[in-house]
Amino acid sequence: MSWLDTILQGILLGGLYALFAAGLALVFGIMRLVNLAHGDLIVLAAFLILLLVSALGLNPFIAAAVALPVMFALGWALQFLVLNRTLGNDILPPLLVTFGLSVVIQNGLLEGFSADSRRISAGALETASLQIGPISIGTMPLLTFLSAVGVIVALNLVFYRTSLGRAFRATSDDSATAGLMGIRAERIFATATGLAMMVVTIAALYLGTRANFDPTMGPARLIYAFEAVIIGGLGSFWGTLAGGIIIGVAQTVGAAINPEWQILAGHIAFLLVLLVRPRGLFPRAVD
Amino acid sequence: MPILALDQVSKSFGALKVADRISFALEKGEALGVIGPNGAGKSTLFNLITGNIRVDAGTIRFAGEDVTRQPPMARCLAGVGRTFQIPQPFEKLTVFENLLVAGAFGSRKTEKEVGDRCADILVETGLYPKANQPAGSLGLLQRKRLELARALATEPKILLLDEIAGGLTEGECQELVETIRAIHRRGVSIIWVEHVLHALNSVVSRLVVLHFGRVIGDGDPQTIMASRDVREIYLGIDV
Repeated sequence: MSWLDTILQGILLGGLYALFAAGLALVFGIMRLVNLAHGDLIVLAAFLILLLVSALGLNPFIAAAVALPVMFALGWALQFLVLNRTLGNDILPPLLVTFGLSVVIQNGLLEGFSADSRRISAGALETASLQIGPISIGTMPLLTFLSAVGVIVALNLVFYRTSLGRAFRATSDDSATAGLMGIRAERIFATATGLAMMVVTIAALYLGTRANFDPTMGPARLIYAFEAVIIGGLGSFWGTLAGGIIIGVAQTVGAAINPEWQILAGHIAFLLVLLVRPRGLFPRAVD
Repeated sequence: MPILALDQVSKSFGALKVADRISFALEKGEALGVIGPNGAGKSTLFNLITGNIRVDAGTIRFAGEDVTRQPPMARCLAGVGRTFQIPQPFEKLTVFENLLVAGAFGSRKTEKEVGDRCADILVETGLYPKANQPAGSLGLLQRKRLELARALATEPKILLLDEIAGGLTEGECQELVETIRAIHRRGVSIIWVEHVLHALNSVVSRLVVLHFGRVIGDGDPQTIMASRDVREIYLGIDV
């Protein structure tokens, strides 16, 4: 039974990684922009939620709801004012600029919040669990996973059922031609990054309530997010969820064998998938 | 007032003059053909009108308004619609979605408001049976029709057609010409760049001839086709 339990915990952990990855996948999918500051933006959002919780005494879920529009606006402005200028045929400028942004966010957070690790308190929810037969499932991990599924369902609905989603896909296909159809690509990109930052905020809520965080932990989250997106094959949001689950399960299984192997096992699973399916599990048809 | 007026429009790529003091005007409801040998600057002319390429000098006025410095998106909203010589559909969107995007964003309306119109355009351009297929799966004729349909969805006042009849069989070409005539009859002004002259001349009432970025002829098709310069340069006939 303990193996079943381990795998289940891994799947639920995968939900968190899928949340880290979904925003990255959204931005990369639409504008081929690799945002190296993605992990730091998650940590930034976690500090924002922490600030709202400690300063205003809000419940973390309410605080996250307050942070959502703030992060959307931040993402919109970041894309419109900074990142749009880096997009072009050369792939280096966006990498350099987002890498610089990552350094700035980390150091800004260190200045503002010190290097201490923090945690967002979720009260009794932190230790609550559901007992299903012989297996006990933590309420927070379950909520994390359900949120990840919810986010992915929502992103798919936006992408395939709305006018905005069609504009996303059209701009991603050919931004010059999209301009001739009256689409303002700069604004579409800004909206996409704003949406990604809302996903980041949801990821930050669970990052901050499940474990300790500090200003320097962004880059490691970026790696997990990257691996999940690449395992998924860049083609679909469901693929990203699958990628998150594979890393999550590998990590918990690795940790069950030997606690030192947790992180390594995740990376090894990533490399194995790349060996077998170099383009990921659900690759795009054409790219 | 002309719907479109170019005044002394010039553009160079390095030492190569692709548009050299081009001036002409298009009246509302007029259908104008543009001919010229390969490399004469015909597609560049369209890129200058849509704003994909900025002019070096001169002005472009659309419906009386100076649009010389406006981006392509603004010109689309003002009513400039364009098809590409090499069709560029949004391949991963369905045929209908291609029109919905163009219709909703090209006229600043909601998808609900433009849905019926887009369906009508699909019927008119013969694409209705393909509505739910990914645009990437279409063949050449259908891609060309989709170019036309998508441009129409933006509710253009003027339609720029770039070699839309090229590569089609005689029958396909005839069908397309009928569709274009019907669009023209509804009052849409047309500029058509084309090498398939019989198709072109069955629609347009005036021809402009480009050669090395310059306008070397502008007038009614019979006179233009009979002129010595055009026959030498364009048709390669020794006179």
